[in-house]
Amino acid sequence: MAERILFCNCAYARVVPPEVKAEVLRKLCESGAAFDAVPDLCDLAARKDPSLKRLSESKCTKIAACYPRAVRWLFHSAGATLPKEGVEILNMREKSAGEVLDRLVSPEKS
Amino acid sequence: MNKTEGLNLRVVVYEGRGSTPLAAEDRYRIISSLLENGFEVTRPPGGNGGEVSRADVAPVLVLGKFDGRIPQSEGVRFHDLSGRPHEEAIQTAREVRDQVGARNLGDWKPWFPVIDYERCTNCMQCLTFCLFDVYGVDADSKLQVQNQSNCKTDCPACSRVCPEVAILFPKYKNGPINGDVVRQEDVRREAMKVDISALLGGDLYASLRSRTQEARKRFSTERDESRALLERKRCLKELQKNLDIPDEVLMSLPTVEDIHERAERAKAKLAARQARSQTAKDSRPDPTQEEWGI
Repeated sequence: MAERILFCNCAYARVVPPEVKAEVLRKLCESGAAFDAVPDLCDLAARKDPSLKRLSESKCTKIAACYPRAVRWLFHSAGATLPKEGVEILNMREKSAGEVLDRLVSPEKS
Repeated sequence: MNKTEGLNLRVVVYEGRGSTPLAAEDRYRIISSLLENGFEVTRPPGGNGGEVSRADVAPVLVLGKFDGRIPQSEGVRFHDLSGRPHEEAIQTAREVRDQVGARNLGDWKPWFPVIDYERCTNCMQCLTFCLFDVYGVDADSKLQVQNQSNCKTDCPACSRVCPEVAILFPKYKNGPINGDVVRQEDVRREAMKVDISALLGGDLYASLRSRTQEARKRFSTERDESRALLERKRCLKELQKNLDIPDEVLMSLPTVEDIHERAERAKAKLAARQARSQTAKDSRPDPTQEEWGI
């Protein structure tokens, strides 16, 4: 099953530790994985970007962003409710870069 | 352009057929700089599979180290990275953004409330409390965030008055307002703190009116303007501290008269709606969202 990865750079707020964000992005770039990266998921949700709808329809999605509750309701606010199954939200505010990457680019562990 | 309207420029970092793959460090530097400059970035699938967003109406710029001829495709811009510093790619992206009229993300910090509908009870305390028309209701009278860009940056006050801890600000520093798990003690604390009606003596607007009348009375009897102003300042400071309201928000509050007028308008509409819904013979449709005006 084709997997989708979304990376949020969470601009305009230093709530995600910069070193975690940078390390996750660096390793993502080093991996062979295809991914979409957005400057700010909140911004996408505010303008109901159609890409969120398509992402929510994907069967297997990993999102590196912030708290899962925040991400889920952000998607909902954009009219793109995420399915309960098949979506993994990785919280860069709380987890280390290693923990996030372990899930993000190691599909065999899922 | 409204802060939440328009499309971002999407930049595709292409390394497939007809191009030479980038060194990992170069790839990271380019993608990182693009994100910092407000561009959406896509790295399409290579040998390892995966899937990315399909092309849509968003303007697209493709970057790559193209072997020989630079590709041509209608509606898509290309920039050859071969032998050029990555700063040049960022500059090209900025130029394309301006040419196609895409958004400049730096214009707005996306700060607005997000409702957790698993917790929200539609009590409307947030709608009543917010003085900037951020909230409204849909056709089914369900609470909605309707005007995100009206929200005052860094002000989480409405989430502090929500008795169900149902309002999130993903960029807020602390939980559970930032989306962290809601614990029982959070609910208890919010419930104690925030019955805004009780906090302000029954009704926010009545309280504001009464406060104004009290102030006028005091002016007329004591003629002590400075004392009243000090009292007002003290009350505002307390409210500001309790609800974490930034200074700028207090500076831009609507006047008491504006609030009064808005409250009367909302009450009249509510009364009219209730009267209509109670009349079985009345077959007129419900008022639209615009008629509500809240």
